[in-house]
This record gives sequence, C-alpha cells and structure tokens, in this order.
Amino acid sequence: MQGNIACAEGALAAGCSFFGGYPITPSTEVAEHMARILPKKGGTFIQMEDELASISSIIGASWAGARSMTATSGPGFSLMMENIGYAVMTETPIVIVNIQRGGPSTGQPTMGAQGDMMQCRFGSHGDYSTIALVPSTVQEMFDLTAKAFNLADRFRCPVFLMSDEIIGHMREKVTIPEEVDIIRRRPLKEGKLPFEPEDDMIPGFPEFGKGYRVHVTGLTHDERGYPEATNCELHSELVTRLVNKIESKRHEIADYDIINPQAEIVFITYGPPGRAVRQLMHDYSDLEIGHLNLRIVWPFPEKVLKEFPNASKFIVPELNMGQMAREIQRHTSIEVESLPKIGGEMHTPDELFRAMGGDS
Amino acid sequence: MADERPEFFESGHRACGGCGPALAGRLIMKAAGENTIVVASTGCMEVFSTPYPETAWKTPWIHSLFQNAAAVASGIESSIKMQGRDEKVVVIAGDGATFDIGVLCISGAFERGHDITYICYDNEAYMNTGIQRSGATPYDASTTTSPAGKNSTGNSRPKKDMPAILAAHGAPYVATASIAYPTDMMKKVEKAINTKGPCYLQVHAPCCTGWGFDGAKTMEIGKAAINSGLWVNFEMEEGTVTKVKKVKRVPVDDYLKSQKRFRHLFKPEPKTEEIAKIQAIADKNAEKYGTDIVPKN
Repeated sequence: MQGNIACAEGALAAGCSFFGGYPITPSTEVAEHMARILPKKGGTFIQMEDELASISSIIGASWAGARSMTATSGPGFSLMMENIGYAVMTETPIVIVNIQRGGPSTGQPTMGAQGDMMQCRFGSHGDYSTIALVPSTVQEMFDLTAKAFNLADRFRCPVFLMSDEIIGHMREKVTIPEEVDIIRRRPLKEGKLPFEPEDDMIPGFPEFGKGYRVHVTGLTHDERGYPEATNCELHSELVTRLVNKIESKRHEIADYDIINPQAEIVFITYGPPGRAVRQLMHDYSDLEIGHLNLRIVWPFPEKVLKEFPNASKFIVPELNMGQMAREIQRHTSIEVESLPKIGGEMHTPDELFRAMGGDS
Repeated sequence: MADERPEFFESGHRACGGCGPALAGRLIMKAAGENTIVVASTGCMEVFSTPYPETAWKTPWIHSLFQNAAAVASGIESSIKMQGRDEKVVVIAGDGATFDIGVLCISGAFERGHDITYICYDNEAYMNTGIQRSGATPYDASTTTSPAGKNSTGNSRPKKDMPAILAAHGAPYVATASIAYPTDMMKKVEKAINTKGPCYLQVHAPCCTGWGFDGAKTMEIGKAAINSGLWVNFEMEEGTVTKVKKVKRVPVDDYLKSQKRFRHLFKPEPKTEEIAKIQAIADKNAEKYGTDIVPKN
C-alpha cells in the first residue's frame, strides 16, 4: 500500500467523516483516495478552491461535530498558517497532514524533505503549542494518522501528521487492524461554560446544534467565548492554558522507540532518517550504537534524552538544515551533532557510518 | 497562410504531443510579440515550458505562486506605468489558478483597473497534479476527485461562468477563444493587449492526457466542442456581447463520446438522462449567445 493511501485509510479507520482539500504534489493521493472512499462511507469530500478554504472548511466541519482532516504540502501548508493559529485559539480539533517537499517556495514538488518541522510548531503568529506526529514507515502512516484524531479530540487542538514525499509515495506492507482505538472529544458538561476548562485544562466541546449558543472567535475571549481583547490578565491566562494543556502532558503522550540505551553514540531520528539508522544497525550488527526514533516530535519530550545514560554524542540526521538538532541541543549538555541533508534524497547508511567517524 | 511573425514561445519543451495549452502558449506569444512581460501561475504550462535546457520563453517571464499571478502583474504594471514605459503585461494561467485559487487576486486586479491582459488557458481540470476537477470542469466529467462510478456520474457541478464574473467587474474587453481557431484567437489576444484596462481572455485548450483522446485530434476536439455548443466563442465589450461564433450545432453525443472523461455516460449502456442534462447546457448556451445558424427559407 502507498503511504498516502495508508494515511487516508488511517483517517477512515479513525472515523474521519469530512475531508476538505486541494490538489498539491506530493500529497494529492490522500485527497484522491478520500474522494473515492469517503462518500461510500457516508462521509463528505469537498475539493475546496484553495488551502485557505481547505483548512477553513475542516474547522467548520469540526465545530459541527465531524472528525475532519485536510492534506497538503509546503506552499499549501504556508497558506494554512493563519487558520492554524485560529484553530489553536478556538480549540478546534482538526488533523492537518503535511506531505513535506523541498522548499522554500515551490522548491522541489516531487522530492521529500523535513523542512517544515519548525513551521508546524511556530508558523502561525503568537505563542502556542501543537502536537506533531512523524511516521517512518507506511504502517506508521496508517497508525499515526488514526492516532492524530484521538490527540486532536483529546487536547482540542490542531494536530499535524508531518510526513514527507518519501514515506508518502513509498509502498510497503500494511496490517490494518480490525478496529482502531477511537477516543472522541469530551462533550461540554452540564453547567460548564463553553470555554471553561476542566481539571486537565481542556474544556468540553460545545458542538454546534447540541443546544449551546456557543460563540467562537479568534479574539482573546473569556470562558463564555465572548471577546475581551484588551484584558491583559485574561489574555495571559488563556494563552498560558492553551500552551500548558499540551506541554504539561508531553511526557505522557510521548511516542518513541529506544534501541541500545547503553550505547555511547546515539542517533536521534524522526521520519525517513530512522530507516537509514535501522539499516546501518542491520549492516554493522557489531556496532555499539543507540537509536531514539521519535513518532511524536512536538511537544518535544526532552526527558527521553536521559534514557541514554552513557551517551557521549547524539547524532541527528534530518532532511533539513538541522531543525530538531537545535531543539535537542537546548535540552542536553551532551554533544549534539547535526547531520543535515537537503535536496530530496535520504541519508545512506554509509553516510551515517562516516558521521560516527567510521571508515567505509 | 503561414503567420510569419516571430515565435516567443519556442518548440522543444516538455509538453505531451498534441497539448492544447502548448499551442495556446505559442499562439498567444506570437500575437503578443516581443514587448511583453509574461506572468505565469503554477500549472502544467509552468512545468512543461520552463526547465532548462528546454525553456520555451523568449521574453521576461515570472512565476510566483499558484494564486497570485494577477497581483504580481498588478505590481509589474504599476511599476512600468510609473516609469513611463510601455511593455505589455500578460498573465497566462490555467483554469485551476484562474477559476479557483486565484479569484481573489484577479478580482482585486480587475477592480483596481490595472492595464493587464489575463489569459486563462482552460483545459478544464488540474492536469499538473494529475487530473483533479476545477471550477472549470464541465458537468459529468470524470476526474480523480470527481470519479465516475456506481454512485457518481462524475463532476456534479456545471462550469463556472468566469467571463461573466470578470465582465461584472467592468472589464472593457472579455472574450473566449479556442486553439481550434488560431487566427481568431490571436486577433483576440491582440485586441485584449491593445485595449486599455484589465482584459480577460479564456482559451479552450483541450488536454489529450486529461480528457483521454489521441493527441493528433486536439484541433478536432476543439472544433467539436464549439459545434456541440458546449464551448462558445464570443467577445464582450463593456459588458455587452458584440460578437459570437455561429455554428450549425450538432447533438453533444459525438463530442462526449470522443473523450474518456465522458466514457461512463455511454458504458455499459447510455445514461440518457445525464446526456440530456448536458444537451440542455449546450441548448442554454446557444440560446444565451445566439450561436445557432438559422437556415434561410
């Protein structure tokens, strides 16, 4: 199964019932598959007129109760930025799939990259936090897309599946489970105000048409949802909560694999470079190397770095110019070596071997 | 008779054999001439005509984003005007860029009244990304995002009337043309370029790959569209239709049968109800523009 199809299938398995999208290479297969399958399952596929409209439509669909998703790539992702901040501020659960390609601008439409990792975290204006999942196999494309819906519903925030052309267009065997865990958004409790948080800092969801006169705005708003944009204390409380409802759970929701935790040299990866590390370990089975492969990159679970007590060096191969390496660096006193690669091709196991100081 | 004017859109590019848009590009540039600055949108033409060493353009050429050619053209035109220069600014964009994602920028440019010519090469779907429907896709055409099947007869909406939208902006000259009538098309390009203010030309440019027909038949398909009444060649000046290509109209069936995108309307058996709906669209066009040649008694 192709990665992009696995993504669409993962969404369908998770009960996604609305897709609003716009054609863009290399993500288009996600939309095409949804166009074919979603109507048969009683859902709705709409091809929108651009990416501003795509993300706007899934925000609307989410407020009307649907699990909703869009899929795009670089230029389309950039167009979505304003609405990503809106979804954060209005606590709207949506899933945004970014099949990353080489940028900036139109860049390399048919080549893989991981250049939008900081954009998905900081691309919209203002302070906020988000959740980003990154698959390194086609199976994970299915699994993590399904999982993204649960996280979006639980935390009431936009959740990103930050894949890339390499995994998106890769074909691998996928095991589709009988059913996937579905944890739907918690409805608003009787007597609670529409934006009044519960103990976990997350308000119940006051779905349109369920009896609430809910008022949804991107302006700084009180617990009733009404704007109070000049109230300093309210703004500070609201934005701090929007950040902390996610950041305070970062270790609980962390999703990663650890191999050889006693090793001194440790590769840290997310997405395609993890495959090269696995191949390296396979090719040189006597090498003492550790591997941390992250499936959730944002919020960054920095405590996981302590799982390698003997580490003397973290090597971070990424398909960008060193975006997450910088994030890792600020959480550790251990040497972090960035191993950037752009242009569209994956790291080869030999390149990783040479980065360790090996002679191949 | 050969048109001896020089070419500014060279041969040797990467388009499919029989590509309607490539022909449109060549003829537009022949008519526009050397003193032209071309603004492109993202699309097939951008992709097939630009990579080195098969670059086709012999004039200044700029591509920015999918949605903003009209805005980039606005800036170029204003800058040229400010300097007292006289180059012509011509946008050449596909139907996805024009009918869907670019409408905002086009509306802004036409409302502000920039002296630009906006030409849409209309191949009736997003072909560059692999045949997805656009606002220009005709009713019942099968595309990858409007797939025909057991429960679908293809694209569920009729083609958007983009010329009317731009005429409503007060554009002095709005016209449609077809690559199947090259001389007419080139005259319209010249007229649009030489008319002050924002002008719009929509060129029917059959796509053999996306529509599913033999690339040797591009001109034939273009003519058949006009003879069926599903495409009308007309000119509008200051909002009034001033010229229409008259035809001896034939039923839409043959035009539909000639392309794979409509094949589902005839197989396994003809969907007469759907074909009648398409015929009604052609009839309405004929009535609206008065295209039918009435036999003299």
